[in-house]
Amino acid sequence: MKITGKVWKYGDDVNTDVIFPGKYTYTVSDRAEMGKYALEDLDPEFTRNAQAGDIIVGGKNWGCGSSREQAVTCLKVRGIGAIIAKGFARIYYRNALNEGLPIVVSPEAVDALEKGQEVTIDFDRSEIVTPKGTFKFPPYPDFVKGLIEDGGLIPHVKKSLGL
Amino acid sequence: MGKTFAEKVLGKAAGESVSAGQVVIVEPHFCMSHDNAAPIWGTFKKIGVDKVWKPDHLVFILDHAIPAPTDKHAENHKQIREVVKEQGIRYFYDVTSKGGVCHQIMCEEGFALPGLVMVGSDSHTCTYGAFGAFSTGIGRSEMAATWATGQIWFRVPESMKITVKGKFNKGVSAKDLILKIAGDIKADGADYMSIEFHGPAIEEMSLAERMTLCNMGIEIGAKNAVCPPDQKVLDFIKPIAKTDEWEAMWADEDAVYAQELNYDLGDIEPCVAKPHTVDNYAPIGEVKGTPVHQAFLGSCTNARIEDLRLAADILKDKEVAVRTIVIPASWSVFRQAMKEGLIDVFLDAGCVITNPGCGPCMGNHEGILAPGETCISTANRNFKGRMGNKESNIYLASPMTVAASALKGEISDPREVL
Repeated sequence: MKITGKVWKYGDDVNTDVIFPGKYTYTVSDRAEMGKYALEDLDPEFTRNAQAGDIIVGGKNWGCGSSREQAVTCLKVRGIGAIIAKGFARIYYRNALNEGLPIVVSPEAVDALEKGQEVTIDFDRSEIVTPKGTFKFPPYPDFVKGLIEDGGLIPHVKKSLGL
Repeated sequence: MGKTFAEKVLGKAAGESVSAGQVVIVEPHFCMSHDNAAPIWGTFKKIGVDKVWKPDHLVFILDHAIPAPTDKHAENHKQIREVVKEQGIRYFYDVTSKGGVCHQIMCEEGFALPGLVMVGSDSHTCTYGAFGAFSTGIGRSEMAATWATGQIWFRVPESMKITVKGKFNKGVSAKDLILKIAGDIKADGADYMSIEFHGPAIEEMSLAERMTLCNMGIEIGAKNAVCPPDQKVLDFIKPIAKTDEWEAMWADEDAVYAQELNYDLGDIEPCVAKPHTVDNYAPIGEVKGTPVHQAFLGSCTNARIEDLRLAADILKDKEVAVRTIVIPASWSVFRQAMKEGLIDVFLDAGCVITNPGCGPCMGNHEGILAPGETCISTANRNFKGRMGNKESNIYLASPMTVAASALKGEISDPREVL
């Protein structure tokens, strides 16, 4: 699998409240509608202009804070191709895999990339191709690969239960 | 080589000896969901399973916005009541005087028990470590899958040992300690790790103080946080335990840790976390005099009877200078506060008291901030927009610091009013 997209770049410790504000957690229940509020309290320009296929690049501890899965869903339904970060908060990491949103840890690629540039993530070769060079990233463990290949946790569980 | 708490509990649950880094699949015991039980149900139905794996392992507690502030919230609650009926969920805490903030109820009703693996669809599920449980927050899809299969995977975490000795000085409490730790190791300082609190000062602490510490483990990135299941814990849980499957377990003396930290409570001083991150530590002297428009004494972090007593001591026979919202963590805390005369103290001081629940902590209702306003709060997060408006500021502090600040209408040192 290969994903190419335009970069939106952010800093360290971006929390789930600024990705998807708490005040919407029970008033916005439609998945598609969640995309309208993505990153509302972090970057209104993203909220207005992000396009399907774009790639988010973040610093350390992306997605810290609440367990709210909407902070992944809002990006997924918006068509965001992947998130590259220096690191992910652990609940966000699991939520992203469970929603089938590809996430990649590569501090080197994060430092190399700037807003608006084009980046390619080659999952088969575990490589990120940036204008400043190509960087390797650790491949997913096998059981995580299964999750991603099946399109997330729910399809994966359905399959494993033979449903 | 000895085992850490996480290695022991996850090893027991997996039925094999495990070490940090290994991936295990385990059956969790109690699985807690709050108002998000409704959307989780929606996801659960997509799997195609008719019945949850063990209805008596599910605990539903309404708290995020109760009683329903909008028709959307009401619909959400209604759906949960339907699921409870359909699936035969025995442990359901509706909008009644048996309820309160979910994590408080889990602890005071005997669900949080030593040696159990517990999950909750809320990040502050790590609170139950105060009672020796291995407990952690998960997302909605994962909870739905757990309801269906009774199984969840964990990577056995590395552990961080935090040893605490000494005694708090006047005006200082567990909240000041955990805010100091967050300031020292930062928001990702314990990412993916199991935090173990050790030492004589932890043994001296009340269960309420230990809950405050474990509750905020997530704010430094931890998977779980835990205190030793000592006699204090056993005396508390034995009469109320919801299952007899618990077992008091603790790390071996020679367990191996990824990191070790030491604190002396005598070195801790009243402090705040400045906007907009929990690790933005400042000793009280640095922020003293900052004007506030609202004070909030509530949340799963600091609204137990012990917290209310500390705040009431400061507010007694005085009057607050800014609107002050008091939300006891549960109705049993509320009732105890009434018996002790604390509710009168708060009312006499001009505070507003609302029904137990999460209140304004995550921006739902009962104290949303206006643009340009500042709140000093006993809650656990001060992220931009957390209390409903991104142009507002939140300072996190202890119940004593919040009470002292409410009196002056500016951030104040509790040592000066005690």
